[in-house]
Amino acid sequence: MKGWMGKLRVLTLLGSIALVLSGCGRENLSALIPKGYGAETSLDLIILTAIVMLFVLVIVMILYVTVLIRFRKKKGKEDFVPKQVEGNKTLETVWTVIPIILLIIIAVPTVIATFDLADTKGAKDELNVDVTGNQYWWHFNYNGQEIQTSQDLYIPTGEKVYLNMKSSDVIHSFWVPSISGKMDVNPENENTMYIEAYEEGVYWGKCAELCGPSHSLMDFKVIAVSPEEFEQWVSDMQNVDPKAVAEGETAQEGQALFQENNCMGCHAIGSSPVQVGPNLTNFGDRSKVAGVLDHNKENVMKWIMNPESVKPGNKMTGNYPTLSEEEASKIADYLLQLQPSEITPESAGN
Amino acid sequence: MSIAATQKRGFGAVLWDYVTTVDHKKIAHLYLFAGGLFFLIGGLEAMLIRIQLAKPDNDFLSAGLYNEVITMHGTTMIFLAAMPLIFALMNAVLPLQIGARDVAFPYLNSLGFWLFMFGGILLNCSWFLGGAPDAGWTAYAPLSTTSPGHGVDFYVMGLQIAGAGTLIGGINFLVTVVNMRAPGMTYMRMPLFTWASFIASVLILFAFPALTVGLFLLMFDRMFGTAFFDVSLGGNTIIWEHIFWIFGHPEVYILILPLFGVFSDVFSTFAKKRLFGYTAMVFATMLIAFLGFMVWAHHMFTVGLGPVANSIFSIATMAIAVPTGIKIFNWLATLWGGNITINSAMLWALAFIPTFTIGGMTGVMVASVAADYQYHDSYFVVAHFHYVIVGGTIFGIFSALHYWWPKMFGRILREGLGKLTFWTFFIGFHLTFFIQHFLGLMGMPRRYWVFHSGDGLDLGNLISTIGAFFMAFGVIVFIINAILTARDAKAPADPWDGRTLEWATASPPAHYNFKQTPLVRGLDPLWIEKSEGKGKMTPAEPLGEIHMPNSSFLPFLFSLGLFVAGFGFIYQTDNKAWLAVLIGGMAFSLGTMVVRSMKDDLGYHISKEELEREAD
Repeated sequence: MKGWMGKLRVLTLLGSIALVLSGCGRENLSALIPKGYGAETSLDLIILTAIVMLFVLVIVMILYVTVLIRFRKKKGKEDFVPKQVEGNKTLETVWTVIPIILLIIIAVPTVIATFDLADTKGAKDELNVDVTGNQYWWHFNYNGQEIQTSQDLYIPTGEKVYLNMKSSDVIHSFWVPSISGKMDVNPENENTMYIEAYEEGVYWGKCAELCGPSHSLMDFKVIAVSPEEFEQWVSDMQNVDPKAVAEGETAQEGQALFQENNCMGCHAIGSSPVQVGPNLTNFGDRSKVAGVLDHNKENVMKWIMNPESVKPGNKMTGNYPTLSEEEASKIADYLLQLQPSEITPESAGN
Repeated sequence: MSIAATQKRGFGAVLWDYVTTVDHKKIAHLYLFAGGLFFLIGGLEAMLIRIQLAKPDNDFLSAGLYNEVITMHGTTMIFLAAMPLIFALMNAVLPLQIGARDVAFPYLNSLGFWLFMFGGILLNCSWFLGGAPDAGWTAYAPLSTTSPGHGVDFYVMGLQIAGAGTLIGGINFLVTVVNMRAPGMTYMRMPLFTWASFIASVLILFAFPALTVGLFLLMFDRMFGTAFFDVSLGGNTIIWEHIFWIFGHPEVYILILPLFGVFSDVFSTFAKKRLFGYTAMVFATMLIAFLGFMVWAHHMFTVGLGPVANSIFSIATMAIAVPTGIKIFNWLATLWGGNITINSAMLWALAFIPTFTIGGMTGVMVASVAADYQYHDSYFVVAHFHYVIVGGTIFGIFSALHYWWPKMFGRILREGLGKLTFWTFFIGFHLTFFIQHFLGLMGMPRRYWVFHSGDGLDLGNLISTIGAFFMAFGVIVFIINAILTARDAKAPADPWDGRTLEWATASPPAHYNFKQTPLVRGLDPLWIEKSEGKGKMTPAEPLGEIHMPNSSFLPFLFSLGLFVAGFGFIYQTDNKAWLAVLIGGMAFSLGTMVVRSMKDDLGYHISKEELEREAD
């Protein structure tokens, strides 16, 4: 008997640890704290299915514990030979039919939610963003707006934003857990999904399909701002002058170095079809450097001088001239000045 | 070959015996040893993963190496540990349970093992030859087709060779069950383990060819310049996902069904009750196997197949919960009213019920498409499939090993150490994986080399890592147990008061299994004889000569040829001189086939007199 009580205690302990931990995780990352339509729809289904299934688990556990208490071999009855029962039609029918009913309870809302989340009929009247997954960064092209960004996806709150997603290399998967479930980003076809954020904030996005050594470093952010702020951001981005001269001596030298080293071959500033590397139009406003490092000059220099140390397997390493620390510092000064808008991750509450 | 093989033989003689054996019981030992070895390697890889994830932003492993480790952990555990361990059980027990003297094709049985073994070795050679495969055990294109180095080439060739062995093994067991049953052993009198192994063999027959085809396409893309999965040349990467999962999902049932059979046998033996709802159990197993082919796309809910396909596959997947539920309730009903003995074998089987129920519960949860958009490729899924594969397959293998160890090795595993293994592994398992459900929902994707300190995932990952060490400890105790037991007293023929035919012969059985083929008079034939006071099986034939197959070295050589050719295939992309190795290896294998075909090998006979001299 003792062993089994011990086991029960372990199970209870495990359960309570889980409950404590399920303080639900980090806000704006956890799927358990939904801040958008897709995540909310999914969580409703998660809760419904968990409740139905917990009901089944409880029944199984009641029977299980009863069996172990009542029918364990007892002292003095070691040789007892139980009745050999073949089966029982009624019982067997009951435990076939009840699960079917439970599954119907789950299946109907599942199908409804699936069709709802796949409904992209309204796409043409709303904001569309072409999303390209690359090893290991994200490119966002605001359809018809002549705006391209990388890593930070700005969207207005309370509106459906349609994402048309395609990969430039291997399969990736676009996942912003607190806003919406994921969708794969395939090389051969465009997948469309919509996201809608309820409130302003900076939401953490992750790549969810193994895409190479730096798969776990392919973080991005969705920055949801009010529709007015979003309009402001759009006009700020559209009015960027890529040729504007930087302020301060080192930054100007950095700008010159940026051109001399032909960084623009891959990195556009301002609207451009170039997307070999991330678009840097609003680099100074980015929430992170390379998606994972804190946004400061030191980290920008670290990336420029040795991207391999930050993201193993990235496509920048070895494809540009070696830069001295001084040169990297100047380029960083220039890049960090690329702050076209007052609408930034900070203003959205990062 | 002498029947009285008790005299001491040298190591070389024993080795030669095992390398050339066609005896299903010795092949079971080979599968157990090889599968156990790969299980330890896969377990070591698992420990490396958990150490890397013990704390945020850890750099214990580099990013590239981490991907190699996760790929090899998955591939090793599925193909090189779980599959052969299951084959070990089938080989050890299935012929005995149906009253047969061996499998239908003893030579092929040996061939199947050596193909698997050389495939597994080839795959693991990659560690020492420039790096292991790193595209995940699912090897999704184009990551797999563009992966630099030879890692994925080793994956392709290793699995192709090992997969051929598995296919051969599956066909062999199919034919064995169809053709080799003792008189009176009708289909509906077969023990559940035999039934489940039979159905799993059908799954192998239909599922593995899909893998074979997929691997050929991948091989041609990587080695011979085709473009099946190259989008820029008109190929399609989603096709790989379909092919892989058309194999991959039935594979999950290949891994679990035989263990469902084990649990059925263990429960009824230790509850001293006939299996409740035998017919329902058989048909539930068939239904699970059938539905198992209809649900592969639930691994692809986020691929963008559209709501119609997603909904259909979602509902089909949920439907599997019904036959699985029938099985769980039938097991509980078997135990209900029984006289339950709880020993190590039974502990594993009893622990399976709540663990697998949780795995099934999360299985229905992930089947719900719109909810799966969150679970997919997150740690929730990692937790789910470890609950079913470890909680079902591995718990089942441990249960089976404790249950059948006397039949396989003639010794009973020690109870104290057995319980220590169980409790540490069981507690460690739940510590490791329960928390991962929450890690997934808290935003931790699968196959992540690092998580960041600000992600709020630190504590959960640390708990998970601690649990993994408990599991490792349990496995080590099991190995110690197996070694110590070798010096214990010999086990009786029927140590558990068994019900099925394997307990009607000695532990371990003579190489011909049954001196006289037993006559089967119903389900649980030995139990029937015991409850009617006879205590042993009635023979179905008079004592007479037994025809046995000869040992053969050819299966080993055939597989060795393919192993060598595998290197030729892999390296001919660097230097065409390797084509010589490729052709040489293939020619060598072909040569062994020619020898096999030309040489008349009629086996040998054990005379009646010799049998009479043997004690019962």
